[in-house]
Amino acid sequence: MSLLPYLDICLALLVVAVAFWTIAARDLFASVVGYVAYGLLLAFVWIRLYAPDVALTEAAVGGGVTGVLLITAGKRLGGLRNVGQGERPGFGLSLVAGVLAAAVAGALCAVILMLPDPPPSLAPEAVAAIHGAGAGLGNPITAVLMSYRSFDTMLEKMVLILAVVGVWSVGADNAWGGAPAPFRVSKPDAPMVFLAQMLAPVGVLIGIHIFWVGADEPGGAFQGGALLAAMWMVTMMAGVAQPPRVDARWLRVALVAGPAVFLVIGLAGGVVAGSFFAYPPALAKPIILFIEAFMVLSIAAALPMLVAGSPGERPDR
Amino acid sequence: MTPSVIAGLLGAALVGLGLYGLILHPHPLRKLLAFNLIGSGVFLVFGIVARRGAAAGLRFDPVPQAMIITGIVVAFAASAVAVALILRLSAVGRRVTLDPEVPTRPDGGDAK
Repeated sequence: MSLLPYLDICLALLVVAVAFWTIAARDLFASVVGYVAYGLLLAFVWIRLYAPDVALTEAAVGGGVTGVLLITAGKRLGGLRNVGQGERPGFGLSLVAGVLAAAVAGALCAVILMLPDPPPSLAPEAVAAIHGAGAGLGNPITAVLMSYRSFDTMLEKMVLILAVVGVWSVGADNAWGGAPAPFRVSKPDAPMVFLAQMLAPVGVLIGIHIFWVGADEPGGAFQGGALLAAMWMVTMMAGVAQPPRVDARWLRVALVAGPAVFLVIGLAGGVVAGSFFAYPPALAKPIILFIEAFMVLSIAAALPMLVAGSPGERPDR
Repeated sequence: MTPSVIAGLLGAALVGLGLYGLILHPHPLRKLLAFNLIGSGVFLVFGIVARRGAAAGLRFDPVPQAMIITGIVVAFAASAVAVALILRLSAVGRRVTLDPEVPTRPDGGDAK
């Protein structure tokens, strides 16, 4: 009997406690800080499920970038003067909501305890498809993302672009084409500037490394791109860099580069390799890394733009 | 209990907590946060499907795991659009709530 099952239970209880805190905290800021901690703790749960790639994504995107998004949004909402607030609902509604939430959670628990045995699995098909397509990728997740289900991954990059377009579109009409509001209006502290100057170069190197080893080890375009995005956001939060104008040509090229390269190579696969999104086996790995490099660029451009928000939003309005 | 069952029950608890917060919090950003809790709970439930589907020499089924990674990124993109909508709605409507009953404060100066 090892200690691990007890650690698992403790970890689960800790995650539930932090999740409870994010719901119960009075203050929005406290709640968001709880959510970031929650994302990091959840990454440990993912590691226990043998999912290091998901753990990296959850820690970077689910915890970190979402936390920055909510903190920035909270600060901008706090800058709005004379705004009405909603009231907390009464005891009756709280009770009904609690019963409903408990019923849904209980039903889910029952489903989890009654999952079919033997479990269905696509792993043999995925492994066969990966070996059939050549590639020689050591990381099965990257192989699934870039080869077995490459069309999904391409569409998901399109969703990121659509989200950026959506965020830009809800800005005021007269602000169109301008730059999003800076991350901070006040003069940044010297330690923050120092941190950005020291951390950003190292973080960029680590991001590129995570993308590069993602072919064979845990990591990949999402995780590496998210790290690069985080480094750009750190420099913007320290005031070392400012958000670019949304009509800047280089920004738009960077945003569409990933899905565009992916789509062109996917279409070329129909001619060269015999089917849509197929790669010639001898060249599969270099082609996949080539596509992933552009995807890293697009992710690194899209995530900070999603956090920066619509053009022309000023917190002092 | 195996780690995957614990993680699955954890996912169910997170869905319940998130649902409760989503219904009860008047602040739209808190609602969004609660919705993200539901999302990560659903990902965890999906994650134990990936863990249970271990076959072909792997300790997990790579297809659901890859879809979870895609899902986390898409969930973030959707959250960003929601934040942009909330900020714009609050700036135009001069109130931080989704409740149509709450009046806008008249002392806000220029009513945009």
